[in-house]
Amino acid sequence: MARMISYRDAINEALTLEMERDETVIVMGEDNAGGASAGSPGEEDAWGGVLGVTKGLYGKFPGRVLDTPISESAFVGAAVGAATAGLRPVAELMFIDFMGVCFDQIFNQAAKFRYMFGGKAVTPVVIRTMYGAGLRAAAQHSQVLYPLFTHIPGLKVVVPSSPYEAKGLLIQAIRDNDPVIFCEHKAMYDVQGDVPEGAYAIPFGEANVVRDGDDVTIVALGRMVSVAEEAAKELAANGIEAEIVDPRTTSPLDTETILESVERTGRLVVVDESSPRCSVGRDISAIVAEQSFGALRGPIQVVTPPHTPVPFSDVLEDLYVPSAQDVVNAVKTVADWKR
Amino acid sequence: MTDRATVRTEQGLDADGLRDAYRMMRTIREFEERLHTEFATGDIPGFVHLYAGEEASATGVCTNLDGRDSIASTHRGHGHCIAKGVEVKGMMAEIYGKATGTCRGKGGSMHIADLSKGMLGANGIVGGGPPLICGTALAAKIQGTGGVSVAFFGDGASNQGTTLEAMNLAAVWNLPAIFVAENNGYAESTSSNWSVAADNIADRAAGFGMPGVIVDGFDFFAVHEAAGEAIARARAGGGPTLIEVKFTRYYGHFEGDQQTYRADEVAHAREELDCLKRFRARVIETGELTAAELDAIDAEVLQLIEESVTEAKAAPVPTADDLLTDVYITY
Repeated sequence: MARMISYRDAINEALTLEMERDETVIVMGEDNAGGASAGSPGEEDAWGGVLGVTKGLYGKFPGRVLDTPISESAFVGAAVGAATAGLRPVAELMFIDFMGVCFDQIFNQAAKFRYMFGGKAVTPVVIRTMYGAGLRAAAQHSQVLYPLFTHIPGLKVVVPSSPYEAKGLLIQAIRDNDPVIFCEHKAMYDVQGDVPEGAYAIPFGEANVVRDGDDVTIVALGRMVSVAEEAAKELAANGIEAEIVDPRTTSPLDTETILESVERTGRLVVVDESSPRCSVGRDISAIVAEQSFGALRGPIQVVTPPHTPVPFSDVLEDLYVPSAQDVVNAVKTVADWKR
Repeated sequence: MTDRATVRTEQGLDADGLRDAYRMMRTIREFEERLHTEFATGDIPGFVHLYAGEEASATGVCTNLDGRDSIASTHRGHGHCIAKGVEVKGMMAEIYGKATGTCRGKGGSMHIADLSKGMLGANGIVGGGPPLICGTALAAKIQGTGGVSVAFFGDGASNQGTTLEAMNLAAVWNLPAIFVAENNGYAESTSSNWSVAADNIADRAAGFGMPGVIVDGFDFFAVHEAAGEAIARARAGGGPTLIEVKFTRYYGHFEGDQQTYRADEVAHAREELDCLKRFRARVIETGELTAAELDAIDAEVLQLIEESVTEAKAAPVPTADDLLTDVYITY
């Protein structure tokens, strides 16, 4: 029987289950409890993270939910260091945009230890971070920066597209022995979905075929999966059956499933909310062009925002984020292609 | 808040402890002196930053540590590695880029690490280490091991936000963490008298609510005692300490550095201040060790370094397969 819970609660449930299962799992971040737990006269666990994702953990797991100063370099680095010393820290980098003040600890430290130290380091750290446009949060709180992490060898990058995916992928992230960047779309926290109660892990590097179809392959990431699904309905009404592939993780990337689908459909549209240059969308496009060129019946289309910062005004932001209509248009471009 | 540590006659080390400390300092010195010579031949790839002159810091601190404890180091990391027990022959092979190296030739001088020894790595990023040891200190605190973590960093890193953030976090979380600022006078070519706005790096401790101590970095006993106090306090739950160790490096920022930015302070330091000379003079004077014992250690160390270089030169290089291994545990 279906049990509908939110993306937020699915993430909280994954954290709870893993903290119950494994006492080396700890959680840290700004306002992760907040209030009295950080010495103020207010309520204990006042916030549970800025959007309430970690709410309730503080009381359940004494000493294992740590509030931090606003010092991303220090606490992300501490999470990395603690991971080398036997803990499985889950650090919350509130907004992915804040990687700008702590990227060194992620890409020069955590990502490099295994290789640089000759295979002797184990750094099972998870950095949860929220990304994405749609909340009128403007240019410094809305970016989609998973391509920057994907670029770095040594990091795994997860982009869950639904509550079910978020829970299973976060459980995998916590159990995984490599550093993982877990990217939560901030506009999805209230999205409801069917989520089993118990623990389950979704393996990394195994794409999910969200919808079957033979006419075009749509590869979509994170929140763009639901945008692609909306487009697919309209396309179906026009006689075009789209196959939607959700890679789930951008590193590792399940190229096999993508290539297999394109070999069958002959058409590829990638929907990626990140900026268009050097993006995951363009990367997937390049991989398919290199490896399945002969199967393509038209030019690959990549649906992205424009190459601009994320604007504040709701009018502008709505224009910025790729829409189902943009996806429909892209599919029609490739479907109608004549040599 | 800054207390100037004073050297006491009671340094808390017995004859074996003194011999170990001397051997450690001598090993670091000969390792670095030999690298200075070998680098000039062109056989060593990349670049190296030598720790010669600074031995009393790594040794004075690490002789207070044990297997529960962790350290993070810097680009000038050979001394810290040796002091924390990283195997010398593996280090030399690593610096030569050989498959037998500590990191299988994939790290090099700036990334020698041995997590099994609690050595979190030399670090190519100035200020990279202090946040990391907040994590190992946190792990020790949560797991109740009694372990203490030490970040060694230079005067340059003392101006990095990571270092300052880490000190604040260590104080806020009351971590068993020690911050050792090795002020050798120059961040690359830039004088710390200019780049550090405070009179002393240790003065900044007050801003983080932790004790700050200044120590003569040429004096093993002073470092050993100041670190011992700080480490004991940290183990007992008393939180972090900032120790500023002042001295001069004997070589340039990297090998090949012409050092046109400084006057010749090294000759004086080598002659009058040198940590090994002072250690010898003191323990011979007190009768704790004899010159013959110390000479014997010198000979053994020289032999070890000779073997290290010979074996490193003869060791196999990594294979093409090694290029692709150990990026991830699973992928």
